[in-house]
Amino acid sequence: MNHKQVQELQDVVIRFSGDSGDGMQLTGTLFSDTSALMGNGISTFPDYPAEIRAPQGTVAGVSGFQVHFGARRIINPGDYCDVLVAMNPAALKANRKWLKANATVIVDGDSLTEANFRKAGFKTDDPVAELGLEGYNLVVPDITSMTREALKELELDNKSVVKCKNMFALGICFYLFQRPEDHAKSYLDSKFARKNPLIAEANKRAIDAGYNFAANTHQFANTYTVPTAPLEKGTYRSINGNVATAWGLMAAAEKAGLPLFCGSYPITPATVILEELAKHKELGVKTVQAEDEIAGICTAIGAAFAGNFAVTTTSGPGLSLKSEALGLAVMGELPLVVVDVQRGGPSTGLPTKTEQSDLQQALYGRNGECPVVVIAASTPGDCFRFAFEAGKIAMEHMTPVILLTDGFIANGSQPWRIPQMSDYPAICPPIVEPHPEGEAFMPYTRDARHVRGWAFPGKAGLEHRIGGLEKDHLKGCISYDPSNHQEMVRTRAAKVAAVVEDLPRQEVFGETQGDLLVIGWGGTRGHLQSAVEALQEEGKRISLCHLNYINPLPDGVREILQGFRRIVVCELNEGQMAGYLRQHFQEFRFEQYNKCEGLPFTTVELTSEFNRLLEE
Amino acid sequence: MAAYNYTPADFKSDQEVKWCPGCGDHAILNAVQRAMPEVADTLDTPHNRFVFISGIGCSSRFIYYMKTFGFHTIHGRANAVATGVKVANPDLSVWVCTGDGDSLAIGGNHFIHAIRRNVDLNCLLFNNEIYGLTKGQYSPTTKLGKITKTSPYGTIEKPFNPGELVIGAKGTFFARTIDAEVELTKQCLVAAARHKGMSVVECLVNCVIFNNRTHADFAADKATRAERTILLRHGEKMLFGAANDKGLVRENGRLKVVTVGQEGYTLDRILTHDAHERDTSLHLMLAAMKYPDFPVAVGVIRDVEDEYVYDGKVGEQVAEVQKANPIRTMDELLHSGETWTIG
Repeated sequence: MNHKQVQELQDVVIRFSGDSGDGMQLTGTLFSDTSALMGNGISTFPDYPAEIRAPQGTVAGVSGFQVHFGARRIINPGDYCDVLVAMNPAALKANRKWLKANATVIVDGDSLTEANFRKAGFKTDDPVAELGLEGYNLVVPDITSMTREALKELELDNKSVVKCKNMFALGICFYLFQRPEDHAKSYLDSKFARKNPLIAEANKRAIDAGYNFAANTHQFANTYTVPTAPLEKGTYRSINGNVATAWGLMAAAEKAGLPLFCGSYPITPATVILEELAKHKELGVKTVQAEDEIAGICTAIGAAFAGNFAVTTTSGPGLSLKSEALGLAVMGELPLVVVDVQRGGPSTGLPTKTEQSDLQQALYGRNGECPVVVIAASTPGDCFRFAFEAGKIAMEHMTPVILLTDGFIANGSQPWRIPQMSDYPAICPPIVEPHPEGEAFMPYTRDARHVRGWAFPGKAGLEHRIGGLEKDHLKGCISYDPSNHQEMVRTRAAKVAAVVEDLPRQEVFGETQGDLLVIGWGGTRGHLQSAVEALQEEGKRISLCHLNYINPLPDGVREILQGFRRIVVCELNEGQMAGYLRQHFQEFRFEQYNKCEGLPFTTVELTSEFNRLLEE
Repeated sequence: MAAYNYTPADFKSDQEVKWCPGCGDHAILNAVQRAMPEVADTLDTPHNRFVFISGIGCSSRFIYYMKTFGFHTIHGRANAVATGVKVANPDLSVWVCTGDGDSLAIGGNHFIHAIRRNVDLNCLLFNNEIYGLTKGQYSPTTKLGKITKTSPYGTIEKPFNPGELVIGAKGTFFARTIDAEVELTKQCLVAAARHKGMSVVECLVNCVIFNNRTHADFAADKATRAERTILLRHGEKMLFGAANDKGLVRENGRLKVVTVGQEGYTLDRILTHDAHERDTSLHLMLAAMKYPDFPVAVGVIRDVEDEYVYDGKVGEQVAEVQKANPIRTMDELLHSGETWTIG
């Protein structure tokens, strides 16, 4: 009965959207994990409001999850979508601007009611005309009533039945893109089967019903396959940036042979790191959910003093609260990793939206001359590597390290090739061994890299006092001596600067000479690389210099800058990295491309800007 | 019981003590250095396991004068830093030196949460009812109406009574001592060290410069101290007075001062102190007693055993999870759950 055509696609973007209570995050995750298991390249972008249940049916309450999958390695979640699943008129309205030409739009027909049009702010009862959707492949199945029909034999209340409509929509997409249902079903079993097997069964039936509906009707002209991507050989898993960060920290603790201690306070979008660390007591991880952000970092500083690998995790407003204590860790020369998952600011700002506007806070947001190491991760997967490196630098150089990620890579997920821990280097902190009796221990003596020893309480002969007052350069006791203060200010700066010896030389993506050098840092890498790659394929003389090590900057940046006619610094703020680079490289002219919309760049806007700069 | 045979000199650092002459902190330092050898032996804790953590203020300079591990942190945060130290290494004997400004104003949050979690810390709360290091501003314990530099017309804020705060927060240990009573301070410190969980010892100290004689009504004169304070000892009658003939009884739910042998009050009617009672009501009343209506209670007012000691529970939970979950390395974790192979 089925004579539809199967068409092969290289690259597809699907956006699932609905009310924030409609389960769109789960729907998107199940679709992307299924596709990852099939061997596609994947990148995802959850986009949701801060309210757990924003007013139902309103545009403000729309929660979205975008999945970009393809027959190659995918490095960004896609700008515009090929398929939009909209569970209500508000979702349709909110995502209208993200449709590709000829996109397929699947809307729950049952949701097209006058009340819902009103809530979503439609002026008429004709969303197609009002949003200009003529010419799109519009499919309007009655998802809610068909879900109800499919589950009528189960003894479930209406509310639980209606909650399964997202799985009906998932079933439609599984059919459309020829995905197997088994991963989603086994997930539902593991999530619900023990607590409420009926709910698991209902959700599984809804997937089947959606799948069968799509197969049996003629609403979809084609189905599609997306071949597997030629990914690097190895064992993969799906991982998001926050989990990768947590695991990277745990890996650093393992390599250092020290217990991991995390003192933190819940804050969006960083909370998942604390939640993940709290799970892994089997690896000896200790977590303290502190009474506030300040206690989060202060418990971590105490743990570092006592000889644990100590971390605290937060987002922008929390970093503000931790500033004073961070200065104490600088003064005490204790190893500490502070993870800042950046979000839109200032103040409470946009808690669930991404931005890169904490850079200058990370670099300078403390009283006094107070340098810390600042590094930034650039993809969900490399959060693991940079969290590991943050720990390695902190412990080996006895300094606080701020690791910047952002809401985009923290929540986004990708297939991640599982590393072997044997490929990661050992971490060798300068732990001081017990001291012979009668010999004075000098806690602030240091090695050639200006690094002092880490002397834990509990070790004989190492009793010493440190604190936030200026320290004598050897004994660590209080010193108000003018020349000692000058020496200590410069020593602390030199210690951070010396970290450069451990950093890889800065790389450039593309030729080392050309017309335009794009500079980016942190979580914008996927979009910048896609845009630059596209223009390189067109023969344009454009390259990308993407920074992960920010303070200190790695060697080789100046040499890269010298090779280009124009330089543009692209970042999701109003020019914080550009200002920093101007301070370091005064002989160059840095142009800027900035965005503060709470959203990632699109490759479309980037390529258009780069073309403009190239043609000028 | 170990025998380390330490002396107070083993706990004295080489730093010159820089508190003002006549400051009550000198006497507390003396008591602490005298208590440490006994604590070391009683709890089998060698010298290198003592850690002193402080915040900011005159009292927080304390740690520089102790020849132990010490960390002079930032204003208000000593209890939070100390919580991290104790959770990171529960074998350490962790002491917090803090003041009424440090722990009851800027650090109030960390103070009550350390009590709530019942972290095994020993917190010495130096209460001089004033900000001394910043030169004389009123604190959360300054008496109502007191004229200070920031209250030139008298304070209009009611003070905290630290004992009520600690016991009200279901603290498991609270003791009070007076700077001049070095032996009593020492006894309170040893009891605090023995207690598993958060121990708060309020030290009533005199600031000779900015709040001289703030506790003087009942504490200054050794001769009248017996009449105006009551030393509470677990299991003993609540008696006081130079002739030990006054006592506390409870009538209509309230405490009352009586004289034994007068108005029909016999010794039997006098309350017996039970520091181990879990119910907080009598301990609260005892901690709240103010001179001249009542004698001020000193000694160990509350000392309640509680199995929920935070740092211990952290370790227990790790051990329990390790029993149930066989994963021991990152490699095992990385390959756990759903994975797939390419190539």
